[in-house]
Amino acid sequence: MSTNYDVIVIGAGPAGLAAAIEAKKAGARTLVVERNNEAGGILPQCIHNGFGSVIFKKDLPGPLYASYFMEEAEKAGVEMLFDTMALDITPWGLNTEEPENRGGQRGSAVPTIRITATNKTGFLELKTKALVLATGCRERTRSQIRLPGTRPAGVFTAGTVQRMVNIEGFMPGKNFVILGSGDIGMIMARRLTLEGAKVIKVIELLPYLTGLRRNYVQCLQDFNIPLELSTTISRINGKDRVESVTTVKAGEGLLPIAGSEEDVPCDTLLLSAGLIPENELAKKAGIILDPLTGGPVVDENMAVNIPGIFAAGNSVTIYDLVDYVSKAGYIAGRNAADYAAGKTKPAEYIEIRPGENVRNVIPQRIHKKNAGPSEIMFELRVSREFPEKCSVNVMDGDAVLYSKKEKYARPAEMLTLRLDSKSADALKNADNVSITVSDLKKEEGNSK
Amino acid sequence: MTSRKKLICVRCPQGCELTTSLDGYGAITKISGNICKLGIEYAETELKDPRRTLTTTVKVDGGALPLCPVWSEKPVPKDKITEIMRELDKITIKAPVSAGQVVAENILNTGVNITASRGIIIR
Repeated sequence: MSTNYDVIVIGAGPAGLAAAIEAKKAGARTLVVERNNEAGGILPQCIHNGFGSVIFKKDLPGPLYASYFMEEAEKAGVEMLFDTMALDITPWGLNTEEPENRGGQRGSAVPTIRITATNKTGFLELKTKALVLATGCRERTRSQIRLPGTRPAGVFTAGTVQRMVNIEGFMPGKNFVILGSGDIGMIMARRLTLEGAKVIKVIELLPYLTGLRRNYVQCLQDFNIPLELSTTISRINGKDRVESVTTVKAGEGLLPIAGSEEDVPCDTLLLSAGLIPENELAKKAGIILDPLTGGPVVDENMAVNIPGIFAAGNSVTIYDLVDYVSKAGYIAGRNAADYAAGKTKPAEYIEIRPGENVRNVIPQRIHKKNAGPSEIMFELRVSREFPEKCSVNVMDGDAVLYSKKEKYARPAEMLTLRLDSKSADALKNADNVSITVSDLKKEEGNSK
Repeated sequence: MTSRKKLICVRCPQGCELTTSLDGYGAITKISGNICKLGIEYAETELKDPRRTLTTTVKVDGGALPLCPVWSEKPVPKDKITEIMRELDKITIKAPVSAGQVVAENILNTGVNITASRGIIIR
């Protein structure tokens, strides 16, 4: 096996596969490093449908969606290294071994990034001109949401149970309570019910559903599984195995309401309390992370602050739909290949900040030279619910550069704001850019 | 007597909130709130003959994995889902399995095939 590549992708999930396909198609010698023994990331265990509506205009199960990308990668000639764990990234700036380390090609202007990895053959050192991080995300665990109580068996994250039930073939309990109304939690409520378990209820701390509404209908309503909003767990009870959970209503400021405690007997608690971008490798390499997304600060090409390194998918920000993860992968892969070919020049950036009512936005910065000539897309989440019409605005200080109406906006659903090349032109001379969301009625009232 | 019924479309992740107006006989006179034609289709079938896509697993004999994910390639009647699950519980397929392979043809006379949604190699 060769150890010199144009583009190395870490992670063979939907973002990584898309990035590798696109990089290879652009002519780059491409390798994917994957710690699992097969490609697809989380998709093989997501046996439910709902994948592919944007890219394929179809409603596919996860494994089938993944298989299209696996076939495409194989056809394109992407090299894959399975059962291999990337341990460390050494960006070129820290790499002083010259000149044979310069990109593996004599006379190449693009320096080398080194990746160390391990697998059953031992220790590996790989070299690449460009790198795409597609390391995905992890589930929030019991300790991360600080659930008090005893520490019995029977407390799992929803994704862990999804793997047990859908891949390994066993049921980890009989009577379930699910904490969190995220999509994985609701999907598992349906799955467990279909497999004969009892799902007593799904409880959600926030006053609104955090997953997609279609999943409320087809996963909870269809099976008469109750959803309790503004409710959380104040205690897990049981010695060896979960015996019950104590639920409590959440009031003002999400604080528990004294006296509203209720004991719910169950043997298993599933946690669907959100996902966190996985960026241990990125952090060690000195990549700047955005505390609001938990992922690297990226530009519209999915490039991070270190030249030659790109990131895509749920390691950048948590997406609602895998289709957008794949699309971000395409962008990262294409630009990684361009970088490896020496086509990328240093550039000036315009910073993009999340403004009023916006929790986070990607990209966090855009090339000044791209404002105008090319269309620019922002993906953002609101920090509160807008049940009625609202407007998503691109601001320069107090001036509105562009705005788009939305029928509604919910924290659970990512908003996409696409500026065509003409509208993006307005960004060219801006220096204090933020994205805000505002109630439309109020604003109309003010201006008239 | 006319009435209104609110539905959330499940045909795509958008989840449009549909309002259907019904006449005294329960026939739909108006559908609003949809952003595409799938919403119209969904509202029409949801009131007459509600259907869902079923995804589950079947046992695999001799495979690298003990289970194979399967799905109904078209939505099946909602009230038949439990029965279909029971039927699929009886099935064991032999490895190797290829994606798209029919696991149960015309399941319970619904006119819908249950097919494998991934391939499984031999152990």
